[in-house]
Amino acid sequence: MDLSYSQEELAFRDQIRGWLKANLPQELRDKVANYEELGREDLLRWHRILARQGWVAPAWPKEWGGTGWNVVQRYIFEEECGYAGTPPLIPFGLSMCGPVLLRFGTEAQKQRFLPRIYNGDDFWCQGYSEPGSGSDLASLKTKAERQGDHYVVNGQKIWTTLGHVADWIFCLVRTDSTMSKRQEGISFLLIDMKTPGITVRPLVLMDGSHEVNEVFFDNVKVPAENLVHEEGKGWTVAKYLLGHERMNTGRIGASKRELAKLKEFAAQQKGDDGRPLIEDPRYRDRLTRVEVELMALEITNLRFLDRMRRTGQPPGADVSMLKIKGTEIQQALTELAMQAVGPMAQPFKAVDGGEGFDEFAAGLAPRYCNFRKTTIYAGSNEIQRNIISKMTLGL
Amino acid sequence: MNFDYNEEQQLLADSVRRFLAKDYGFESRKKIVHSAEGWSAKVWATLAEMGVLGLPFSTDFGGFGGGAVDLMGVMEAAGDALLVEPYLATVGLGGRLVARAGGDAQKRALLPQVVEGRLRLAFAHTEKGARYNLGKVAAAAKPAGGGWELSGEKLMVLGAPAADKLVVSAKTGKGLSLFIVEKSNAKVKPYVTLDEQRAGDVTLQGAKAELLGTEGGALPHIEEAVDFATALACAEAVGAMKFACDTTLEYLKTRKQFGVTIGTFQALQHRIVDMYIAHEQARSMACLACSKADSASDAADRARAVSAAKIKVADNARHISQESIQLHGGMGMTEELKVSHTFRRLTMIAQQFGDADHHLARFASLA
Repeated sequence: MDLSYSQEELAFRDQIRGWLKANLPQELRDKVANYEELGREDLLRWHRILARQGWVAPAWPKEWGGTGWNVVQRYIFEEECGYAGTPPLIPFGLSMCGPVLLRFGTEAQKQRFLPRIYNGDDFWCQGYSEPGSGSDLASLKTKAERQGDHYVVNGQKIWTTLGHVADWIFCLVRTDSTMSKRQEGISFLLIDMKTPGITVRPLVLMDGSHEVNEVFFDNVKVPAENLVHEEGKGWTVAKYLLGHERMNTGRIGASKRELAKLKEFAAQQKGDDGRPLIEDPRYRDRLTRVEVELMALEITNLRFLDRMRRTGQPPGADVSMLKIKGTEIQQALTELAMQAVGPMAQPFKAVDGGEGFDEFAAGLAPRYCNFRKTTIYAGSNEIQRNIISKMTLGL
Repeated sequence: MNFDYNEEQQLLADSVRRFLAKDYGFESRKKIVHSAEGWSAKVWATLAEMGVLGLPFSTDFGGFGGGAVDLMGVMEAAGDALLVEPYLATVGLGGRLVARAGGDAQKRALLPQVVEGRLRLAFAHTEKGARYNLGKVAAAAKPAGGGWELSGEKLMVLGAPAADKLVVSAKTGKGLSLFIVEKSNAKVKPYVTLDEQRAGDVTLQGAKAELLGTEGGALPHIEEAVDFATALACAEAVGAMKFACDTTLEYLKTRKQFGVTIGTFQALQHRIVDMYIAHEQARSMACLACSKADSASDAADRARAVSAAKIKVADNARHISQESIQLHGGMGMTEELKVSHTFRRLTMIAQQFGDADHHLARFASLA
């Protein structure tokens, strides 16, 4: 048993780390460090820097720009990005639509969309959830009716992350309502967000952020050539997509960065007795428990990778535990950060010239609010438990 | 990076597991627990034959020169079977202290006997009011006729009833030191522990003692041996947790209420999933503890890893053991089901060698 990376892996990590240090623009680094909102241009700027380096889609086949890295190298890269505090790579094009096209797309679809995804020419969003279908995806109702050489789409999507800045949306739509099984009669469509009949309405979250939207489709005409895979086989595509790239759900690199930052921060904050907060045993113990949980998760994640590398098999359903634990840790860290500033967590927004409060401290409570989403999105943690229960434990 | 046991480790773990499955089933174990001695000479001899007693000792003394990682699979099997033999006392603590602190002649005299199963040891250290503070020792030793005389009271000495010799900590003019005392020179008040092992309080009144190694400076050796035993206990806990999870899952799949198996209830499904995740997280930390437990050179790194592991193991042992009883309902409360005995062992492991609070403080002090 050996818990450490090999010499080659350590050299690879150092190479990535050195490159990130030299190539992550200070402005982006600061925005991430200060928890500022990242706009479309910030996200695409980082995307294009990685694309130029050839590292933006490591898991893709080499002919389409993949790096040929193995699972461990891909994990190291993702964790180093998290640890360095890069802007996130928005997954909708690179990790969702791209792999779907690579697996199910026609040659023409691949040629048309993949290079633009790779280079960051198109910004994608995901049209899965609907008001009536959250975790129960197969109950979706948005309808697409075939009329000659195009589909006419009517319905509504919700929780569309970055839909307000997206160029394209990939959608699950119902093309046949007569099937007895709800999973049948669903199709996978690529839709240009500029098409007439699409309306995007912001859903502002409780921290005041605008990340997600409702997207309305009112007689939206979509060329039939934008259908991916066969009509009615969308569920197969959806399942493939959801099962893809689940090794970074723990977000361990980012949490390690946040933990290190929090320890430093809590050492600067004063407890009630004037001593550093980090020396308050009650606070310190809660922080340590999160640190230990994160240490355990990192090793658990490495155990999954080691197994995958050795067997050549994709991870089993129990990989869901990485999402459960990873998101619980992220939430605990934002909560501890908010609590570290005590009463100064309460100011939110200045009114009538009330500026001057500590804006970083004031940003910690909204961040705590925002991170409540992590245990809900991408398959709520309850759905993840259902998956382990059914697939791994056989219940 | 490699998380598998190597072939030798796997073979040993498998053969121990097979032996325990055959000869250390719930009923056989019950007989041993209720015997006068509370441990089995026959089982001990088999463990010696299998090389389990000699594994972590140098080949110079008949051992196999292994480390905590080599013992992980064995300890998991021990946790699964709820082994009550004085293994941690003899190999994890007593033998380890002789190997680390003892002079060459002492190692030559004692360790081959340990390896062959002819000598059982116990570490008499904890005193009244010391709790988990390893440095708090009042027992004292003074020179007498070329040897030493030792006086003091030691509590909760694991394996004392089965031991032939005791490794005892005591203060001398040069500070904390270790001694070997024949058990016949000590007064032992034996008892059964909650987890059905044997231990005792030890009184020494001018007992004839032999200095183990050199006088003074014993604390680092004690810390290292206790860290080693803690890492082994973490691996043992992982085995016990796995049993608790598996047997509870089996129960959910067979127990019927309202005409269906209770495993169809989502409230219970999510709870057993959390138990399995807790077990995997504890396993990860046991891997870390065992991989660092043999490092005498970087004591802070070792201590940090072991304490982190013990925090996780203590927390998750509590979680899993409590849930395993709850999900079994009333039957889980009875002595008749093995899971209640696993509960008892996991409850005690959580506190053995320092509870989560102790290790939280220790971990923070090493940051």
